[in-house]
Amino acid sequence: MNAIATGTDPILEIDGLRTEFRLRGGTITAVNDLDLTIRPGETVALVGESGSGKSVTSLSVMRLLARKVGAIAAGSVRFRGKDGTVRDLVTLDEESMRQVRGNDIAMVFQEPMTSLNPVYTIGDQISEPMRVHQGTPKGEAWDAAVALLEKVGIPDPRRRAGQYPHELSGGMRQRATIAMALACDPMLLIADEPTTALDVTIQAQILELMQALQRDTGMGMLFVTHNLGVVAEIAHRVAVMYAGRLIEDGPVREVFRNPRHPYTVGLLKSMPKLGDATRMKKAGETLNAIPGMVPSLRNLPSGCSFAPRCSYAIDACRAAVPPLAAVSENHHSRCIRWQEVRP
Amino acid sequence: MLRYTLHRLLIGAGMLLALSVLIFILLRLTPGDPIDAYIDPNVAISQEEMAALRTRLGLDQPLPVQYFAWLSQAVQGNLGYSIQRFDQTVAGLIAQRMGPTLLLMAAGLTIAIVVGITAGVIGAIRRNTLPDLSLSVLALVGISSPAFLTALLGLYVFSVRLHWTPSGGMLTPATPFSLLDLLHHLILPAIVLSVGYTSLIMRYTRASMLEVLNQDYVRTARAKGVKEFWVIVKHTLRNALLPVVTLIGSTIGLAVGGAIFIETVFNWPGMGLLLVDAVGTRDYPVIMGATLVIGAAVIVVNILTDLTYAVVDPRIKVA
Ligand SMILES: Nc1ncnc2c1ncn2[C@@H]1O[C@H](COP(=O)(O)OP(=O)(O)O)[C@@H](O)[C@H]1O
Ligand SMILES: [Mg+2]
Repeated sequence: MNAIATGTDPILEIDGLRTEFRLRGGTITAVNDLDLTIRPGETVALVGESGSGKSVTSLSVMRLLARKVGAIAAGSVRFRGKDGTVRDLVTLDEESMRQVRGNDIAMVFQEPMTSLNPVYTIGDQISEPMRVHQGTPKGEAWDAAVALLEKVGIPDPRRRAGQYPHELSGGMRQRATIAMALACDPMLLIADEPTTALDVTIQAQILELMQALQRDTGMGMLFVTHNLGVVAEIAHRVAVMYAGRLIEDGPVREVFRNPRHPYTVGLLKSMPKLGDATRMKKAGETLNAIPGMVPSLRNLPSGCSFAPRCSYAIDACRAAVPPLAAVSENHHSRCIRWQEVRP
Repeated sequence: MLRYTLHRLLIGAGMLLALSVLIFILLRLTPGDPIDAYIDPNVAISQEEMAALRTRLGLDQPLPVQYFAWLSQAVQGNLGYSIQRFDQTVAGLIAQRMGPTLLLMAAGLTIAIVVGITAGVIGAIRRNTLPDLSLSVLALVGISSPAFLTALLGLYVFSVRLHWTPSGGMLTPATPFSLLDLLHHLILPAIVLSVGYTSLIMRYTRASMLEVLNQDYVRTARAKGVKEFWVIVKHTLRNALLPVVTLIGSTIGLAVGGAIFIETVFNWPGMGLLLVDAVGTRDYPVIMGATLVIGAAVIVVNILTDLTYAVVDPRIKVA
């Protein structure tokens, strides 16, 4: 684990991404000037408190933002497809983008209870991407779906394929949605808090499964979570978001051992110990040991958004948004006092 | 599924029985003696003759006995004879009139379902645009216009003014049967019958579509790269129709009421016209028979709706 990414060309290069929502009472910037790179076989964890823009980032890559409300305002998302050509997904026409979805980039969502269609069988829903993208005949796609169910560890897959979502447990359903995402052998898997809705033992099983599948397929993975324990377990690199901006990124081991942004330090301090997760889930707690509140995107403080909660904050922090400083070659921090930050 | 079906059938049978009791009691509660209908008021009749007639018709028996006598005949398909048309059995009359009513209702419902669902889907996927707003206004007008207004307005505009459609009847008398002639007579009453229904179905479909479009599984379908057309038809509409199916089934009774009214306005030779004529002439056997058959039809449709629902929604089976 935590191996430094291989030297191969990136499959995904997000550059200066800015996503806005036009709402009553003004425009908010949910993702601001975000850079992120993912290489084949690499898992990048996107972490941050609720509302920091993690889901919006994933949906921007997929171009699945709520139409009319949300739109990518700036930046590029260069993606290297199965055929090796690199294209900017931001400017891709809708039909080509549709062919990317579920085929080159697949997605697993947070809620296994609601992300499967209640009126179609599991087998039907898993075979759909193959029918849509590869024109696989129905029977053949069904057999492939059964094989996929077996691959994600569902016992008695042939019977399960014929069942409806409500006949499966939460963990089973999440395995089924993972099988669905893998149907077309994607280059990149985006998982938006895939284990958050599950209880701890199931959570661990699903993480293990996703790791194993990634090793087998060599796909890249963008793993969205607000749980640093999960990050430590699954990711090679981590990117921390705060109020729509990336504030620190780097290899997991390095960031965990040597965090260079006060917010990351706070997150790590509030990281639940083993076994705490259940307690916290029961009590409805989240990572909240940092004093103060996440600022509203509607009126962000000037300069560094974290400054009002930060014990290191000085006037310069409030004057301008700090640039991403290079701590080392692949470790960055958006803090002007990163050298002074103590873990 | 079998248990569910049996359960629904049993409930339906109970409802039908209750309905028959209700019809029987209501008719006996209405002022006037049923015997009057059998007597010519201009001919003198003695008390003995009257009593004899009562005995022959069974009207001297206690009410429950009369009810069971009527019911046991009814279940065998014998609904008695019409008082006004001595030569005709009630069952025969109903059989004659059933076809036209079914035709009118089927045409009206088909229009309502096709137009209502299409308009609802368009409204939902183009929500808050000009097409959606125009459709919503039309639906509001459609729902709030009373049937007599639509019917008379339709007659006035299309029949009296424009001469596009005949003003009543089902076929042109004294001409050989032609399908075109039938459709020509059918179109206006069918549309008038469908107006309120179309609006209702449209509003339901639109609201239901909007709700389903927000569901996670619709986003999942898009994330799989499903074409937008199929996202709408396969992943959204299929789910959105579940409450619409119930709506259609459970309001079919209203459509029957509407049909009765429209038949009288357009002189359509169906059950409604039969019933209204019978009420006017106090033709009790016909009133009872027709009401029973109409009620039975509504109950059967409701059972079919529930069963359809169970087929379309796999989650029902466990219940
Ligand atoms: N559909 C939407 N409409 C309006 N605002 C949205 C929408 N989705 C996200 N946002 C805004 O973007 C912010 C970030 O949301 P999100 O990316 O979902 O956070 P998270 O990091 O918890 O996944 C939210 O606080 C909200 O203000
Ligand atoms: Mg989220």
